[in-house]
Amino acid sequence: VDGLQLALTNLTSPPVLAFALGLLATALRSDLKLPDAVYQALSIYLLLGIGIKGGVALSESSFEQIIGPLLGTLALGIVIPVAAFYLLRFTKLDVANRGALAAHYGSTSLVTFTAGIVFLESLSLQVEGYVNTLLAVLEIPGIIIGLALAAKGITRNISWGESLREILTGKSIFLLVGGVVLGFLTGSAGYARIDDFFTGLFTGVLTLFLLELGMVAGRRIKDLKQVGVSLFIFGTSFPIIAGSLGVLVGQLTGMSMAGSAALGILAGSASYIAAPAAVRLALPEASPGIYLSASLGITFPFNLTIGIPVMLAVSQFLEGVGL
Amino acid sequence: VILKKRKLMTMVIEASLAHRLEEDIVECGAKGFTSSIAHGTGPRNQRSSDIEGGNVRIETVVSEEVLEKILEKLKTDYFPLYAVSCWVSDVEVVREQRY
Repeated sequence: VDGLQLALTNLTSPPVLAFALGLLATALRSDLKLPDAVYQALSIYLLLGIGIKGGVALSESSFEQIIGPLLGTLALGIVIPVAAFYLLRFTKLDVANRGALAAHYGSTSLVTFTAGIVFLESLSLQVEGYVNTLLAVLEIPGIIIGLALAAKGITRNISWGESLREILTGKSIFLLVGGVVLGFLTGSAGYARIDDFFTGLFTGVLTLFLLELGMVAGRRIKDLKQVGVSLFIFGTSFPIIAGSLGVLVGQLTGMSMAGSAALGILAGSASYIAAPAAVRLALPEASPGIYLSASLGITFPFNLTIGIPVMLAVSQFLEGVGL
Repeated sequence: VILKKRKLMTMVIEASLAHRLEEDIVECGAKGFTSSIAHGTGPRNQRSSDIEGGNVRIETVVSEEVLEKILEKLKTDYFPLYAVSCWVSDVEVVREQRY
């Protein structure tokens, strides 16, 4: 598939179009709003569904298959936030804000990843199911490392107990990890009974969810004037750097072409649910106007429209040169 | 004359901090509180929980002594760092041992 065709397939997928509709709703000041309870239910569905599918795939994979990608993902979880923290020096931001951004870009975005999987599947490309498990692995270390890097620059002590509890027992991690365990125990025989609900409806639920995210991101885009050119450059180039690194790790640890692209999408994504909650508690010096605007206002729309097909192209290229 | 005077504190705080503040209120000696989801805006309007519900309104009825403690806590740990509003009103309660 050539590059332009890829980009077009992605841009005209229902989830991406719903995101654009959400942006439009905010721009036109429409009174459209997804009720809080519906939003919560959709996010629980997505998190648990992703976790369960990862767990089922894990129960069917051999140890040799997954140990390479698993260790590679852990390495990404350490390298990406550290790289973000030091690359951000050029923005002239203080240490607290750079640490906060490192936490966000080191962690992952479930929705970016899910949209990527939907995109790859729409091209009939086979992605290893255990990639969903890698999402849970990559979600945590980035936040902790980002906070630790920021801690060097502030005088007060970070309350690590509360932060770790927030990160580990927060809804995102709890449902992802809980879902993996559930899927692992129930296996594909058990999953067959909930397949209609968690597979058949999945793209539709994602579409609804992206409508709401479009509205939230739209409100953030209005704040972008404050963040400056340097953060815009970071928010659009770092996903490609971190993402390409993720693709490379995938290819080197024996994952398929599409699986490596999925790991790249994961590595290039930035958190805007788990990380902001943890960072706000532990690092109030950092400004949500900077980290949320960057991850939700810049990087998320960028990945959704450009980053996802680019990761596939990078993976095709690396496969082509014989990695 | 079964009514006794107490103070009603109403605090509106960004959702991600609500749990921490609830714990601190109880630690200061409040015997209970009521929390509800709230929408609105303030002079600073900067919070991290755009997605996960905006604000939480926490109400608690306390004695003067506990009021002072909670205000002190807010002054040192919350006002400088987070999006939080607080106001206090006089109320009368029955069964004063509960507050």
